[in-house]
Amino acid sequence: MGWLGPQEWEAVALSLRVSFWATLVSLPLGIFVAHALARWSFPGKQVLNGLVHLPLILPPVVTGYLLLLTFGTKGPIGSLLQDMGIVLAFRWTGAALAAGVMGFPLMVRAIRLSIEAVDPKLEQAASTLGASRIWVFATVTLPLILPGIIAGSILGFAKAMGEFGATITFVSNIPGETRTVPSAIYAFLQVPGGETSAMRLVLVSVLVAMGALLMSEWLARKAAKRMSG
Amino acid sequence: MTLSVDIRHSFGDFTLDVRFEAPPGLTVLFGRSGSGKSTVINAVAGLLAPDEGLITVEGETLLDRARGIDLAPHRRGLGYIFQEGRLFPHMTVRQNLLFSRWFRKGTRSDFSDVVEMLGIGALLDRRPGALSGGEKQRVAIGRALLGDPRIILADEPLAALDEPRKAEILPYFERLRDEVSVPILYVSHSATEVARLATTVVTLENGRVTGQGPASGILGDPMLTPLGARAAGAVLVTTVARHHDDGLTELNAGGIAMFVPRVAQGVGQPLRIRIAAQEVILSRQQPEGLSALNILPGTVERLRAGAGPGALVSVITPAGTILARVTQRSARALRLAEGVTCYAIVKSVAIAPEDVGGADRLSTAP
Repeated sequence: MGWLGPQEWEAVALSLRVSFWATLVSLPLGIFVAHALARWSFPGKQVLNGLVHLPLILPPVVTGYLLLLTFGTKGPIGSLLQDMGIVLAFRWTGAALAAGVMGFPLMVRAIRLSIEAVDPKLEQAASTLGASRIWVFATVTLPLILPGIIAGSILGFAKAMGEFGATITFVSNIPGETRTVPSAIYAFLQVPGGETSAMRLVLVSVLVAMGALLMSEWLARKAAKRMSG
Repeated sequence: MTLSVDIRHSFGDFTLDVRFEAPPGLTVLFGRSGSGKSTVINAVAGLLAPDEGLITVEGETLLDRARGIDLAPHRRGLGYIFQEGRLFPHMTVRQNLLFSRWFRKGTRSDFSDVVEMLGIGALLDRRPGALSGGEKQRVAIGRALLGDPRIILADEPLAALDEPRKAEILPYFERLRDEVSVPILYVSHSATEVARLATTVVTLENGRVTGQGPASGILGDPMLTPLGARAAGAVLVTTVARHHDDGLTELNAGGIAMFVPRVAQGVGQPLRIRIAAQEVILSRQQPEGLSALNILPGTVERLRAGAGPGALVSVITPAGTILARVTQRSARALRLAEGVTCYAIVKSVAIAPEDVGGADRLSTAP
């Protein structure tokens, strides 16, 4: 990408790294939570549902501040992690955490919808043929929701690419460490003559967002086709 | 192998209290919708946990509420044929058929035998979405069979099919009953299916067992038939005598020749036919100049008046007991009463093809 300057390229590469890890780490948890919300009944289900969706509704600054309180070096979980040698605050890993949390509701929603579209009668049929719960999930549910999982991952990834408020509150705006594309655009706009760099990053953001939306639409259609056999 | 069921379950204001035994052969759970048939079959499969009860297969306990035993569905070793097939849409027919082999070891039944018996060899590489309703159901039968089940369960497997498809699938269940030594529990609300398939019938009404016995006994008794007099009919056990050139098959029914539309069975093979009570005409004199081909002499055994204008007359003939549904006015006019001789008249074309069933080893065995 010769047309991006070194600072801009650094921001894009960091954003890709942060979003990749945010998506990869939150995916297994996202599938688990989506399955629980779609299929199980348990006390506190509505509370879990609310918690998952909270980052979608709260101002991102609030989410970022709550992350700082919890995962900061003095926070209850942050101090525990620090004893184990893991520091999240003001690190790129912290940016990945913030991006993962913000993308989580979108990811869970897409996967949950695809799980709800799977006929439970098919899962029953698999169990009468000798498949235990885990095997039913692996051989019937998982293949049928695969397009939903991919769509959810793409949405989560795109959300992570665009995350700004929670990230800048939790891990600040440190070049090379936590300056992702949105933070970089914000920083470029603060200095005279930064508009061209900002514009190029805006273009990258638009392309990533459009690509992600088109791809998840396409996968949703493919999923519908697969369900109907 | 015998399945023994003794369960109680309630939901809302419906209570189920059912106790029966399914001996080898095909046992039909017969009742109208809402009678609790599907609840019973799902309890046997382990898809529904009844409030209390005991379910055993040949001494092995699948469910015993009192002792806290409730085997998960995948540990019960059953084969379940669902009404809607429930084939896995993301797998080919072959993968569907072999699904249970991933989980059950030491299976015996031969894949190619089952495929050949069901005539699904040409479909193996297709997806379920590309199959017709009848083809799907044949694959579903094969899938259940290849799991080498201890018992086959079938929940109204023909109900979702149109008439020609029903006629296509019924013979496969006859073969299943006669060629596979696994007991079958079959849920149905169709008198035709009972007449053709049942070795034993268990009738259900409002969550209670109202009768149990061979098909002819249950269908011949309007008090036991859950669908009432409308579904009543006689089941006759006959043998194929000869095929005629004019499209008719001559059957030997207790020494009497009966004519039905051409059947596929060979000469000498046993054949069950169901004669619906409302298709039978009674006459006191030997009728002459009549177009109907089947005229059976007999004696009135019983006359039961219904709540409406109808009456159900059972007539003992050499071919077996025939049921006739006539009006009470006709019964008075003919002075029908116990012991009176009369003739039962049945048009050949009134014997519907789906009521003419295939060979049945179990119920004709001495």
